[in-house]
Amino acid sequence: MNRRQTYEAAQRRRSLAVAGVSTFAVLAAIILLVPLAPGWPAVKASFFDGGVFVQTFPTLLQAFLIDVMIFAWSVPLILGLGLAIALARGAQAPALFPLRIFGALYVDIFRGVPVVLTIYLIGFGVPGLGLPRPWNSPYIWGTVALVLTYSAYIAEVLRSGIESIHASQRNAAICLGLSERDTMRYVILPQAIRRVVPANMNMFVALQKDVALLSFIGPVEILRQAGIYKSLLANFTPYVVAAVIFLAVTVPATRYADHLLNRDRDARS
Amino acid sequence: MPEAKLSLRGVQKSFGDNQVLRGIDLDVAAGEMICLIGASGSGKSTLLRCINQLEPIDDGTVWLDGLDISEPGLDLGPVRRRIGIVFQSYNLFPHMSALDNVLLAPRRVLGEDSTAQAEALFERFGLAQHMRKYPDQLSGGQQQRVAVIRALAMQPEIMLFDEITAALDPELVGEVLNVLRQLRSEGMTMILATHEMGFARELADRVCFMDGGVIVEEGPPEQIFTAPEVARTQAFLRSVLR
Repeated sequence: MNRRQTYEAAQRRRSLAVAGVSTFAVLAAIILLVPLAPGWPAVKASFFDGGVFVQTFPTLLQAFLIDVMIFAWSVPLILGLGLAIALARGAQAPALFPLRIFGALYVDIFRGVPVVLTIYLIGFGVPGLGLPRPWNSPYIWGTVALVLTYSAYIAEVLRSGIESIHASQRNAAICLGLSERDTMRYVILPQAIRRVVPANMNMFVALQKDVALLSFIGPVEILRQAGIYKSLLANFTPYVVAAVIFLAVTVPATRYADHLLNRDRDARS
Repeated sequence: MPEAKLSLRGVQKSFGDNQVLRGIDLDVAAGEMICLIGASGSGKSTLLRCINQLEPIDDGTVWLDGLDISEPGLDLGPVRRRIGIVFQSYNLFPHMSALDNVLLAPRRVLGEDSTAQAEALFERFGLAQHMRKYPDQLSGGQQQRVAVIRALAMQPEIMLFDEITAALDPELVGEVLNVLRQLRSEGMTMILATHEMGFARELADRVCFMDGGVIVEEGPPEQIFTAPEVARTQAFLRSVLR
């Protein structure tokens, strides 16, 4: 080891030791102090009941599959609609002007309204028209609400991606005789989509959580199932179980998205 | 209407209040090689972009084989196919292999699969072993040669080169200039904006010195480089040739 390496190794050991001690101190404080709170025994019994945890976990995990399902069929719809809206907003031809206006309005409306409200309005409102089964299913209209909301976000992300591609790329394509359409399809979009993958990953992590909001309009997915158990067992532990299940999926997904973002940043610097 | 392959008369172009071209007249015969020289900002690049109508001109006319290609509203697709351009910054499509960069336009515009022709071009310019690589795996000189091949694949009648060696490390300039020599020997009609004075002197049929948005002086390279008549040309050449 040369002088510099020796010095840096010592520095590393020192900061590791400090980090270890301070983490230990904070954990110890939490473990020692929280149980001293007057309400702790009650909270412990109603939120962290090991028996209830084990009893409700399998059913809740199964209910979570419904969330995953809704998520899985929403994603392609969101990507398709989001891309259509993004392209509509960039449409240059005068005949497509209404499409541009529509795209702008669409994004304004669905980004501006809380997801829960959209879910309520569409999930209760549309089936209220007296549609026959299965067209009054909350699965359908809940999905529609999620797709409408998230397409607006994805459209904006895509549009920023499209605008981030340097004009020289478009010029090069146009100068080769490519049409505007082919230029978008073969030159601009493939680069733009690649560039916004990490940002979209984050959107989809958020979507995975927001699927639980559909519980408000009917589907017995994980959040609703946890509520049922809560009433049945007079215990809040099922909510903690649900949170743990969500974390098991969203934490790795978020980490992966961050990893993609970092890689993208490193590649460009 | 002039007889030349390409003719410009009174071409003017402004960007906002900045008038970049103040009336350009130029005739280019088939097979001729023209070098545009002049300081940065003299209008060389803009002139090239006005020739292939990447920038619409404000006034004047550009004829290609007697067709007024500067007419507002003209469908420029067919025109741009006939005029290839290569930029200083290569502008290869980074998400495609070198070969796909070259094949995209023939496929989409001409509707033909010209793989064999493209491979022959890579072969001819010494890049056969790099065909499958992506732009960021190639050196600047290699990327620029791919950009030339990409333009040539559309079988243009005229090639425009916008300072294509200006962004290259000195040791890579030679390989790109060799490509131009090769094209020259094959009789391609070419217009170059360039700072490579030695190269212009060696190969150009005609050198045009531009300053302030006009062609100040033009003539055979020997005349321009050894006996320039206009004071501005003399001053410019003194500063670049030292």
